Amino acid sequence: MKVSKEELLHIANLANLYLEEGEIPNYLNNLQEILDFANIVNSAPVEKLDITMNAIEEKNVFRKDEVEIFTDNESLLQNAESKEMNMFKIPKVIN
Amino acid sequence: MDITELTVHELLEKLEKNEIEIKDITNAYLNNIEKKEKDVESFVTILSEEAKKQAEEIQEKKEKGEINSRFAGIPIGIKDNICTKGIKTTCSSKMLENFISPYDATVVEKLKSENMVNLGKLNMDEFAMGGSTEYSYFKKTKNPWNLNKVPGGSSGGSAAAVAAELVPWALGSDTGGSIRQPSSFCGVVGLKPTYGLVSRYGLVAFASSLDQIGPITKDVRDSALLLNIIAGYDKKDTTSKNMEKIDYEKGLKNDVKGLKIAIPKEFYGDGINREVKEILQKAIEKYKEMGAEVSEVSLDIAKYALATYYIIACAEASSNLGRFDGIRYTYRTKQYSNLKELYKKTRSEGFGKEVKRRIILGTYVLSSGYYDAYYKKAQQVRTLVMNEFNKIFENYDVILTPTSPTVAFDIGSKSNNPMEMYLADICTVSINIAGLPAISIPAGVDKEGMPIGMQIIGNKFEEQKILNTAYAFEQEFKFREKYKPEFKK
Repeated sequence: MKVSKEELLHIANLANLYLEEGEIPNYLNNLQEILDFANIVNSAPVEKLDITMNAIEEKNVFRKDEVEIFTDNESLLQNAESKEMNMFKIPKVIN
Repeated sequence: MDITELTVHELLEKLEKNEIEIKDITNAYLNNIEKKEKDVESFVTILSEEAKKQAEEIQEKKEKGEINSRFAGIPIGIKDNICTKGIKTTCSSKMLENFISPYDATVVEKLKSENMVNLGKLNMDEFAMGGSTEYSYFKKTKNPWNLNKVPGGSSGGSAAAVAAELVPWALGSDTGGSIRQPSSFCGVVGLKPTYGLVSRYGLVAFASSLDQIGPITKDVRDSALLLNIIAGYDKKDTTSKNMEKIDYEKGLKNDVKGLKIAIPKEFYGDGINREVKEILQKAIEKYKEMGAEVSEVSLDIAKYALATYYIIACAEASSNLGRFDGIRYTYRTKQYSNLKELYKKTRSEGFGKEVKRRIILGTYVLSSGYYDAYYKKAQQVRTLVMNEFNKIFENYDVILTPTSPTVAFDIGSKSNNPMEMYLADICTVSINIAGLPAISIPAGVDKEGMPIGMQIIGNKFEEQKILNTAYAFEQEFKFREKYKPEFKK
C-alpha cells in the first residue's frame, strides 16, 4: 500500500505530532519501507486462526473493589510544569 | 583481590566468611565508576553519595542484627525505565528528563526489601525503542569490549555496566530482545523471563503484551539469584502469574544428559554472520559431548514474527505513549495558544525521531482501513508463532539459536537506517510474541575479540530448564576465565 503525504500528516495529527516540512520525506520513506516489509503478514498461513492479544491464558482477572486512600498528593504534583491550588493547570479549553 | 571482578554469589560467600565488609563492595564499585564511566557512559544517574551512605547504614544495621537478608548491601544498577521513588526515571527521553516517580516499581520494592544498594539508573534507547542505545536523548553508551562499537539495546547501559564491572548486576527490560541482544553484544548473561513471571508494575510501558523485566548478570548462577528476588505474583499487575515460588538457584544443576535440544535451521540461515554460526556450531558439539540429544527442526516463522512484532509493538506503543502530553508529569512546550497545540508541540519536541517513527507506524496500523490488513493479521500470526513453538516443545526441552545475527556493530553504522536496525532483532522477537523465557549467554568471540551470544529458549515458566542448559555450558566453557573486555579505543 502506498502512503501519501496527506495520509502521513493525518496520522501524525491523530497521534498529536507535528512534522516539519523538511522531515516529511524521511518519515514518509521510513513508513513506506516498514509497511512494505510488514506486509509479509498478509502471506502468512493464518486462515482460520484466532487472534492472540496476549501470551497469557487468563481472560478476566477480577478483584474486590476496595478503596485505598492515596495521600501523597505532593509527590504526584512535583512533576507538573504548571499547578495551582493542588491541581494541574492547563490552558483554557472552553471559550 | 579486586572486589568488582567477583560475581554476586562469590561476594555473598566472602561476606558470609567475613572476608569483606558490606561498604567495601559499594566503595569498590564507585571507584570503578569513577575510573571507567567516562569511557563507557552507561549511566543516566549515578547515586554515588546516596549509595555510600546506604551501604554504611546497611552495614551498621546488619552488625546490630537488625537485618538478616542474604543480599543486604549488594549493589545493583537499574534500567532507567523502571520507576524508583524520589529518583529520576527518564526513559532516556527529553520527555521525562526531570520526572521523579512518586512510587517504586514492584521489582524495586523487592530489591529494597532485600536491603540492596542502588548505584544508579542505566542508559537505554529512548522508551526502550532501539537496539543500540544510540537513541538515548542523553548519551551514547559504548561497548566495553571496543569503545567504537555499540553495546546493543535497548538495555545497553545495563549490559555495558555489568560487562565493565561498574555494577555487579543490573535489571533490564525486554520487549523484543532488549535484555538478550545487549547481553550478547557485551559478553554477559541476560534472561528474559516468561511473560507474567515478573511484575511489570512501575515499568514504563512500551508494548504491554510483550514487556518483561529481567536480570543482566556476570554468570548464570547470579541470573538465577536475581530472578529469585524479582519473580512472583503481584496484585498490581493483572498479567502476573499466581504460582508457587521456585528457587532457581537451588535447582541449578550441571547435567544435560538426555536433554533434548532443538536446532531450528531457519535461525542459522543466510542472514546470520558466518563467525556467529561457527561459534554456535561449536556450542552444539559441546552439548553433544556433554550428553544432550541435539536434533535439527524447522521453525519457519522468523520473518513473519519480525513483521508481526513491529506491528504489535508499535500499535501498543502508540497507545501507551499517548499519556505523555505535557500536563501532569512530562516536559511541556514553552509556547502554545490552546490545548491541542500544547499536546502537539510538547510531543513533537519531547520525543526523539525513532519514538515518533514508531508512534506514527502504530497509529497507522490501528487506523480505520488498515486495522484488518496489518493489526488483525499480526494478531493471527501471533497465534501461528505460538502454535509453532508449542509443536517443538511437545518433543524438545529447549531450543538453541544465535541471540543476534551479528556481533556488536560500529556506532553510527545503523542509526539512520531503521529497517536495518529492525532486522537485527530477527532472532529474539518471536520469543516475546509467544511470551516464552529465553536466556543469552556468551559462547565465544569473533576474530576481532567481540563476544558472540547464544540464546536458549524454553517453554512457558520453564526458566529452570534454560538456566540449567546455560549453566552446564558455562561450567564447561568458562567464558569469563578466557575473555575480558579490553576497553579498546
